[in-house]
Amino acid sequence: MVAEVIEELGIREKTAGIAPVGCAVFAYNYFDIDMYEAAHGRAPAVATGYKRVQPDHYIFTYQGDGDLASIGTAEIVQAAHRGEKITTIFINNAIYGMTGGQMAPTTLVGQKTTTSPLGRDKEHCGEPIRMAEMLATISGSAFIARCALNTTPNLIKTKQAIKKAFETQIARKGFSMVEILSPCPTNWGKSPAEAMDWIGEAMIPYYPLGVFKEV
Amino acid sequence: MIKVTIYEDWCKGCGLCVRACPKGVLALSTSHLNKKGYYPAEVVNQDACIACTACARTCPDVAIEIEK
Ligand SMILES: Cc1ncc(C[n+]2csc(CCOP(=O)(O)OP(=O)(O)O)c2C)c(N)n1
Ligand code: SF4
Ligand code: SF4
Repeated sequence: MVAEVIEELGIREKTAGIAPVGCAVFAYNYFDIDMYEAAHGRAPAVATGYKRVQPDHYIFTYQGDGDLASIGTAEIVQAAHRGEKITTIFINNAIYGMTGGQMAPTTLVGQKTTTSPLGRDKEHCGEPIRMAEMLATISGSAFIARCALNTTPNLIKTKQAIKKAFETQIARKGFSMVEILSPCPTNWGKSPAEAMDWIGEAMIPYYPLGVFKEV
Repeated sequence: MIKVTIYEDWCKGCGLCVRACPKGVLALSTSHLNKKGYYPAEVVNQDACIACTACARTCPDVAIEIEK
């Protein structure tokens, strides 16, 4: 969907992406544009550098929840705070995927992972972090939405939000992010269809969908 | 004339397109494996297709093309 939006907006020759670590790195194979590596969580800092050197280019980061909401929390908050004209695609699958399904800040209370075999304990680990709501409170952010991939209508809305995020960057309004509730059937121990159902049954009730900020 | 094409070697047999189709046009093969070793999606009822593109939008691996 990101590639489709880049194509539809006609910005392919001026767009680059940054996928730091996790399953995001597979993105290098899917995009026929310049893609950069970054240290874990630091994609917004690298994107800041790119955008400031090439202000007429477009840059997006593609980050998992372990990446963005844990080790990279400082970078994403400060990039939004500075109102960097970058776009972040934030893949929330409630888990550290590539490394084998460990608990992430976004893991739901009670959710079993390889590092929370009895389920996430609220007393011990707190409640899952809602990044979209948090970043929407920051004055430098211009478009913040949360979408999900679980149904066809939600897929269509996700693409619309991604387009809006890139348009926000093109209009130089400020920081834009789309949080996308995404399945990880492998580490959730579910079939692809069951994983999609779990997004609807377990994730969306805690992570409401919608546009949290639009300026 | 509506035509559904599945690029079967891109398919990972997840079945999400089968679930997304409101008209029962698609099914996972039960007999034939693709190059990756998955049972790919197949068009089993082409005539019922209404070209709604739900399957193509749903496929995580962009393996489906709808022509109308
Ligand atoms: C500094 C550093 N620490 C740890 C790692 C190991 N590591 C690689 S992927 C990953 C988890 C990524 O999880 P997430 O961001 O949720 O992405 P997902 O794989 O779920 O898409 C970790 C911890 C690393 N690459 N660099
Ligand atoms: S276009 Fe619609 S009706 Fe046709 S196969 Fe795809 S989902 Fe089914
Ligand atoms: S959604 Fe795509 S990958 Fe999954 S079974 Fe259908 S064609 Fe194959």
